[in-house]
Amino acid sequence: MTQACECSFSVEGEKFAEAGKVSVEVKKMLKKIGIPDDVRRRAAIATYESEVNIISYAIEGTVKLEVTRDRILIDIRDTGPGISNIEQAMEQGYSTANDRIREMGFGAGMGLFNIKNCSDTFEISSEEGKGTHLKILINR
Amino acid sequence: MTLREIADLLDARILVGGDHLDIEVKTAFSADLMSDVLAFAKPGSIMITGLTNPQIVRIASIVDNSAILVVRGKIPPEETLTLAEELDIPVLSTRYILFETSGRLYANGIVGCVRKIEGPESVIPL
Amino acid sequence: MDVAFLVEKLGLTVRCGEDRLDREVSGGCAGDLLSNVMAGSRSGDVWVTCQAHQNIVAVSVLKEHACIILTQGRQPDTDTIERASQEGIPLLVTELSGFEIAGRIYGLLHP
Repeated sequence: MTQACECSFSVEGEKFAEAGKVSVEVKKMLKKIGIPDDVRRRAAIATYESEVNIISYAIEGTVKLEVTRDRILIDIRDTGPGISNIEQAMEQGYSTANDRIREMGFGAGMGLFNIKNCSDTFEISSEEGKGTHLKILINR
Repeated sequence: MTLREIADLLDARILVGGDHLDIEVKTAFSADLMSDVLAFAKPGSIMITGLTNPQIVRIASIVDNSAILVVRGKIPPEETLTLAEELDIPVLSTRYILFETSGRLYANGIVGCVRKIEGPESVIPL
Repeated sequence: MDVAFLVEKLGLTVRCGEDRLDREVSGGCAGDLLSNVMAGSRSGDVWVTCQAHQNIVAVSVLKEHACIILTQGRQPDTDTIERASQEGIPLLVTELSGFEIAGRIYGLLHP
């Protein structure tokens, strides 16, 4: 059984019907390579929230998954409006989602908060008008 | 309660997973906003929601919900049910509203998801 | 049964509407999709939700809810509190999940 893997997924903005496809794939892959339940779940949740953020707010983005012997690294980059106030965006419940997004079940304002909670280390950087970059690290 | 007992209590239709009705359910999480499910729902809980898009199935798969119970008499579209079959997640539908559904399950001993609290006691029920 | 009774029995935190806790409670509605709440809730309902933005106030006013209860310790933002104060809708907060609080309120409504 292989214990490591590396792969990349594209996510397109506004494709709400596709939201979660990448995360479900990631979860399946992690199961195949023997990652324990709890770690797998955290990785899937962090990936999901990142995916939904790209779909809800960006033009497009990439999710890169890298699994080594001792950790899982999820690197997410998007092109889009970026985040003007990261501290505010990290607050539980803070959301810039419009009604349309909320009516689909998104926009609870928990995205970045959830990602941070699932990570062992978490880095975020963003440039207004350019896009956002997240680096999520989860120890195995 | 088993899924079968839940279905009987709420007069629910079994849309997917008719062969999983003996699954034991102890906890539930009700939400229309999926991020809350990701933040708080625990593995094995039943997801109670008014949403019917395929998201609910993907979320249930990510957090390991035992089943999905759709309320307000809604029947999810084909794409949601197909995905649920693919990911092997039972889907039920009841005509009761979310409040009533939660109330009845709670009255029958189903509890909300416990929150993990840091410290010597790793899990304290609310 | 009035809102004050619920506040006491369930240990709810009152964020605004302290002077309107005498509003009668006749039922409950739980949900976060505003369109569903608009369609399905009734006058006198307690609305249990995790949505904390100011649009919830308009919905409650239109549907004549008894009060709004925010779940999982969700804090309403200042706009929401201001709107709710103006409209006389009590805004309450519980640490419990939507399922738990709905369960307990249901139990009080159907002893």
